[in-house]
Amino acid sequence: MSNSMFPQMDSLHLDVLKEISSIGTGNAISSLSKITNKRISMEVPKVMFLEFKDVHKSIGDPEDMVAGILVSLSGDISGMVMFILNVHTARSLINYFYEKPTATNEFDELDRSALEEMGNILISSYISALGTLINKRIIPSVPTVALDMAAAILSVPAIEFSKVADGVMHIETVFSAGADQMSGYFLLVPELESFNVIMKALGAF
Amino acid sequence: MNIKNMIIVGMADLNAVRDPGVLTTLGLGSCVGIALYDPIAKVAGLAHCMLPDSKQIQNNSVEAKFVDTGIIKLLGLMQKLGANRRLIKAKVAGGAQMFAHNATNESMRIGDRNVAATLQILGGLGIMVIAKDTGDTYGRTVELYAENGAFIIKTIGHGNKSI
Repeated sequence: MSNSMFPQMDSLHLDVLKEISSIGTGNAISSLSKITNKRISMEVPKVMFLEFKDVHKSIGDPEDMVAGILVSLSGDISGMVMFILNVHTARSLINYFYEKPTATNEFDELDRSALEEMGNILISSYISALGTLINKRIIPSVPTVALDMAAAILSVPAIEFSKVADGVMHIETVFSAGADQMSGYFLLVPELESFNVIMKALGAF
Repeated sequence: MNIKNMIIVGMADLNAVRDPGVLTTLGLGSCVGIALYDPIAKVAGLAHCMLPDSKQIQNNSVEAKFVDTGIIKLLGLMQKLGANRRLIKAKVAGGAQMFAHNATNESMRIGDRNVAATLQILGGLGIMVIAKDTGDTYGRTVELYAENGAFIIKTIGHGNKSI
């Protein structure tokens, strides 16, 4: 299935990518648990491969507003990591910083910086797990947040993927704190050469 | 809006219809939506392209992924439906920069490059661009009506319009 979409990869590469994504995500959720001082449980991440023309079906309604937090990577690995979350989850995460029981579709400047900070913590933990695993130095940029239609947000990592593949790989992570069910997607998009660096470091070449 | 006649064009995808068909693409971000229309045959075509130039990418078998090959393929499809190439005019939307930072980073400016490539290639083919709504920082859903060539653009928080 995946080979036609990711011609450079065989099933071993995909397994490796799944594994590092799971480890990164686990680390991010554990950081979230620490800063919120709440017990956060996480389901096993679901890894999905989608052809571009099906991407718009992948994360609910393509026109629904979502929050995307984007970090670009430099150092030994170049590429980007994006964390995408629905409006409800974004609001829950912001509420861990400061309680603000307002309408869920309005995000002001303070909300955005809270999201940026939250994204920074989550993505940094994700990247640090990845860096440790492959023993490489990865430098994350300052995160930026965009709130817009899901498909439009997804176009940014999808275009990065499109340079090397005919589809997108994303990892859905469902996590919850008590009754508050939250979910988000991590997308790790290494540039082609960095992908090779990761695979070599893990002995997959 | 007649949902029954509406065909969704996904990412790296394209399609063409005759009147009374409607083509839509949902949530264009940095990708570019290229709408072509022959007002006499009433044939409409819409492409949702991700990258400007197929020649710069090794993995280029999906024609609709690229502006250059996507436009050519779309023109062929429309001609099969009876469109006259010389009557076709274009409208262009999308090519936003969704994330504000790193405007100097080449891959972050992909929206601008997609739009520039679209205008250049259409110009080279002698196809006039009669309207565009491109750039800026927000996503757009577009609908193209084969009945009259209307190109409707919808956004979250930036209004809706017909170009």
